[in-house]
Amino acid sequence: MSILVNRNTRVVVQGITGSAGSFHARQMIEYGTQIAAGVTPGKGGQTFDGKVPIFNTVEDAVKNEGANCAIIYVPPPFAADAIMECAAAGVSLCIAITEGIPILDMVKAKQFISKYPMRLIGPNCPGVITPGECKVGIMPGPIHKPGTIGVLSRSGTLTYEAVGQLTALGLGQSTCVGIGGDPVNGTNFVDILTMFQNDPGTEAVVMIGEIGGNAEEKGAEYIRHHMNKPVVAFIAGRTAPPGRRMGHAGAIISGGKGTASAKVEALREAGVTVVDSPADMGVTMAKRLGRA
Amino acid sequence: MKIHEYQAKELLKKVGVAVPNGIVANTPDEARNAARQIGGKVVVKAQVHAGGRGKGGGVKLANNEDEAFAHAGKIIGMQLITYQTRPGGQKVKKVLVEAASNIVKEYYAGLTLDRETSLVTLMASTEGGMDIEEVAKNHPEKIHREAISPLTGLNAFQARSLVYKLGIPAASHARAVKFFQALYRAYVETDASLLEVNPMILTAEGDIFALDGKMNFDDNALFRHPDIADMRDLDEEDAKEVEASHHDLSYISLDGAIGCMVNGAGLAMATMDVIKLYNAEPANFLDVGGSADQARVTAAFKIILSDPRVKGILVNIFAGIAKCDVIAAGIVAAAREVSLNVPLVVRLQGTNKELGKKILADSGLTIIAAETLSEAAEKITAAVRK
Repeated sequence: MSILVNRNTRVVVQGITGSAGSFHARQMIEYGTQIAAGVTPGKGGQTFDGKVPIFNTVEDAVKNEGANCAIIYVPPPFAADAIMECAAAGVSLCIAITEGIPILDMVKAKQFISKYPMRLIGPNCPGVITPGECKVGIMPGPIHKPGTIGVLSRSGTLTYEAVGQLTALGLGQSTCVGIGGDPVNGTNFVDILTMFQNDPGTEAVVMIGEIGGNAEEKGAEYIRHHMNKPVVAFIAGRTAPPGRRMGHAGAIISGGKGTASAKVEALREAGVTVVDSPADMGVTMAKRLGRA
Repeated sequence: MKIHEYQAKELLKKVGVAVPNGIVANTPDEARNAARQIGGKVVVKAQVHAGGRGKGGGVKLANNEDEAFAHAGKIIGMQLITYQTRPGGQKVKKVLVEAASNIVKEYYAGLTLDRETSLVTLMASTEGGMDIEEVAKNHPEKIHREAISPLTGLNAFQARSLVYKLGIPAASHARAVKFFQALYRAYVETDASLLEVNPMILTAEGDIFALDGKMNFDDNALFRHPDIADMRDLDEEDAKEVEASHHDLSYISLDGAIGCMVNGAGLAMATMDVIKLYNAEPANFLDVGGSADQARVTAAFKIILSDPRVKGILVNIFAGIAKCDVIAAGIVAAAREVSLNVPLVVRLQGTNKELGKKILADSGLTIIAAETLSEAAEKITAAVRK
């Protein structure tokens, strides 16, 4: 079992003919993901690598190929529009990889998609992978291993770090989800924690947060009241100075809010094992599960 | 991106936010002319990207043009030190000469994104002129908020609601509503990320003015605002950060001795944190990005080494799409080009890590290899302490 994506997921790649889109489409196909269609306006009717049909609109991809999941590699100025197009076309899961979408574009897009039953993951995220079944994202496939640990994170390479540690210890993953580093995103910790709690294939969760916002605190609140699966967490940015944006648009301590210490405290109070060192995420999970 | 008060006021004025009559001056003579043109009492205000200018001696009232000349002479060229500037202060290059207002009451008005609702929110308070973060902490009930739908903008009823809550006199209601609605337009039309007017004032004449104006912008939206991008004042920013931005590197200068080069913002923060756990301090945050090639790695090394406090460098790469061998070749070339003379610890993980390690080992350079994150931190902190 898993959450969000599995071997039956049929993916449409928005921006499949661009450099990032085409490279990652090939990587995903190689991993075993069902890439049902591509979309590039003006290139409808062509095929990608001689096997994936390209359409002008997401609507056509959904109608003709039954795509139910979209991944977005569209450049930042056009990415919010691409997200809204997915919602209107009836896609049920949209994963937006694009980094650097203007915030006010996302404010509008989030309002627009709220009328549709579509879940948005990201933007500015590495995507979602259910190891051994389906990869919809840019993460390196080989570091993953099928298993029972759910991983969720606001960061890309730090997620790889956690996955690498887990796999090295023989702890495979049910699904790994990057929710993205932007201040306006589609899905938060609580949403994914709820899915992991309800997923019989997930035994425990590694949660990786960072400074900025209060999504981790809300996640802690959920864990305290609704979760009985073990959670191990790390919060990045304890050494970050206030008022400075640490790479991610959302990683900023402003007005004294969003500090790492407040998040760590909230998580510990909720019974989460919070590691001080990012090097200890895997080993701490192994200990917590009695497999060290 | 940040801009100066005088630039923010130009943008505000364009969309109909009332501001006092003002002219920017680069020299005392220009300040004198500006005061003459404006007439009456004026305020001479230092233009730097920092708050607390009044307390630092950067804002002075002048009763006539001669006083304006004298104040400008003292303020232009001074190192203005406030709680928001770097320790040595910030050099003042310009002053804003502005008509002095007959202030009856000071308010606060601010717009920013509320991350919980994903909506732009207008905040207003009767506690104008104060540090709004202090007000938020001690008297949260004194800050009134209106969440704004991107589909309608700030509705008149929302602006009215704030006007009543602030107790603005009836004669000025229409002007205050217009002020708030214009403020929201200024925010969305410029892709701002923060717009603060502190204080917003009520004058004896019943006018509502923006007495101060602070605007920050969403860097990701600057591509559609070339006029605002041109307002960037590089003298106000850290030289190394400016250089890094030219190479698409995300770099932030810190106080420690260990330079860091990492791919990915989260991992970069985590690397800083782990250095701290080994009782050392990072010299910087640096995200080389996902497509780190030789040119970017070289640029990153040069920027890190231009900080004289750097006593060692830790490179931490978890290659996903990027490949360790490409990055390793970049590190070797960069280390040769900059003739590296501080200890260098490199940890490579992910795609093609064995190839990458071989390139480093065969290079003949003294590169300390590390396998795990803790090992990397331990080795660099030990090397720096030697």
